Amino acid sequence: MKQVFTRPASLAETPMHYCPGCTHGVAHRLVAEVLDELGLRGRTIGVASVGCSVFAYNYFNLDFQQAAHGRAPAVATGIKRVLPDRVVFTYQGDGDLAAIGTAEIVHAANRGENITVIFINNAVYGMTGGQMAPTTLPGMRTTTTPYGRDVRVTGYPIHVAEMLATLKGVAYISRVALCGVAHITKAKRAIRKAFQAQLDGKGFSLVEILSTCPVTWGLQPIDAVRWLEANMLPVFPLGEFVTDGQKERA
Amino acid sequence: MATALTDRVLMKGNEAIAEAAIRAGVQAYFGYPITPQSEISEYMAAHLPEHGGAFLQAESEVAAINMVYGAAGAGARVMTSTSSPGISLMQEGLSYIVGSELPCVIINVMRGGPGLGNIAPSQADYFQATKSAGHGDGRNLVLAPSTIQEAADLTLLAFDLADRYRNPAMVLTDGITGQMMEPVAFREGPSLPREVPAWATTGAGDGPVRLINSIYLEPEALEAHNQRLQEKYRRMQVEVRSEAYLMDDAVVAVAAYGLTARIARTAVDRARAKGIRAGLLRPITVYPFPTQACADAAGQVAGILTVEMSAGQMVEDVRLAVEGRTPVRFYGRLGGVVPTPPEVLAQIERLLSEVKAR
Ligand SMILES: Cc1ncc(C[n+]2csc(CCOP(=O)(O)OP(=O)(O)O)c2C)c(N)n1
Ligand code: SF4
Repeated sequence: MKQVFTRPASLAETPMHYCPGCTHGVAHRLVAEVLDELGLRGRTIGVASVGCSVFAYNYFNLDFQQAAHGRAPAVATGIKRVLPDRVVFTYQGDGDLAAIGTAEIVHAANRGENITVIFINNAVYGMTGGQMAPTTLPGMRTTTTPYGRDVRVTGYPIHVAEMLATLKGVAYISRVALCGVAHITKAKRAIRKAFQAQLDGKGFSLVEILSTCPVTWGLQPIDAVRWLEANMLPVFPLGEFVTDGQKERA
Repeated sequence: MATALTDRVLMKGNEAIAEAAIRAGVQAYFGYPITPQSEISEYMAAHLPEHGGAFLQAESEVAAINMVYGAAGAGARVMTSTSSPGISLMQEGLSYIVGSELPCVIINVMRGGPGLGNIAPSQADYFQATKSAGHGDGRNLVLAPSTIQEAADLTLLAFDLADRYRNPAMVLTDGITGQMMEPVAFREGPSLPREVPAWATTGAGDGPVRLINSIYLEPEALEAHNQRLQEKYRRMQVEVRSEAYLMDDAVVAVAAYGLTARIARTAVDRARAKGIRAGLLRPITVYPFPTQACADAAGQVAGILTVEMSAGQMVEDVRLAVEGRTPVRFYGRLGGVVPTPPEVLAQIERLLSEVKAR
């Protein structure tokens, strides 16, 4: 019998705790499939951040370190500098990476730190109950913007991919979305390119993944995917921002 | 470990610490510039790469301590150095490091505070160093050198203790000890033997996966983890070190560590010259604190004078050790002012006349 669907070796057998319709699980699976396909499971170290994905280390069948809120790129730097021939990646939410961890992500990118960052942008703080994130859309209601995000008071959504793409240390940056099979296939391709850039020693790579948080958005899983398409795609354009970084920019 | 010493060379305290760390086999250094310890970073930048180690100037002390966490978790012998404001920024990372039980060495070349304070020598970070490693119930091992030779020796020891207890070890010193020059000899021979620990995340290969982590969601599980840590801190008490100078027949003792102990020693000598039987009790480890040595002194002397470059921090540990059996007085200078031997001598005489009057 031909097996057409199985658990990637890079994923553990632990059932995930994510809410129904949450795309964290999809992103985990894509990363695991890429690591399997590139044959990297045994020499990869993941860094989990603080957010709903704090227990990512339970779901990946890989060596893992759990980092303080926002500090995953610094932790990954420490690992990579002493184990330069291993593959190191962080998995961070938008509160973790784009608010409390801005210094660490900017400087890891600017150093051309040879690590890969999986950046989950779901426009909210999921774990703490749906507060405003730096990526929250203008007018969007969250528990700390009960009347909608007022850009005059709290500013605009941060465009992490575009911002980091200005730095010379970056080898690969793209933004993808987990809405529908076509987009998910593209997301996997982007993740693969990001890890490939690290394997080729080209420098910093990041994939920003537009994701759903149905629970704090107050939507059913299928409506959450539609909401992402209708509201996040216009604000956060998809595409590749840097593909062959250090070579063309040096 | 070979114990032969090299020839003595004249070196700044900060440089001696860096050289000792390289000889201890440090594999990575992460730090952010701050006076009065920047020579440690600069020495590492110049010399660590030629020994095959990694040097990186971090974007902040917050990043530096988290780089230390990552490298320690990956099994490397690793260190950072900073001064007081930087230590404040490292508290979060230290808490994660003790919670995850990672060995590493932290050098704190203390300066005057609070706030930006100044760059003059101080001992005002004693509480922060000895009472807790960031939030939670964690502890640092804390070593307090009072000469450049001892700064080098204790740096070596710090790596050893960090590995033995899977715990951060801090060398707590000050701006003058970091900046002044003295002759120093280094321990020669191979670096301390060290294999990559089995718990380190080096990529799992075909074996079981490893995890560096400090989360225990269930209170009972976190309590059990804490009990284990507390048990470890109890075991660490055997590492206590202190020096007794002229204590055998002393009727009055001065308790002081680090730079202040050097000044106190001069004051004790001058007291002796005047016929006062004074002695010096010098903690070399301030966590674990030499409680027993203080308690023993309490049974012998008429009073203990604690001298610090702070508003009175170590004196609390002295009082706890003495448990009221003998009067404990305090003399401190603040904000980077260094007490002088005549000041300390005057305090010794004052303490003696006070206890005689009672
Ligand atoms: C220093 C610190 N501050 C605040 C928190 C509380 N906290 C936990 S998760 C989180 C936000 C996470 O949001 P995000 O990164 O967007 O991830 P998500 O939960 O949405 O996946 C916050 C603020 C913390 N753990 N540590
Ligand atoms: S709160 Fe949101 S991000 Fe967190 S698990 Fe639930 S759906 Fe996913």
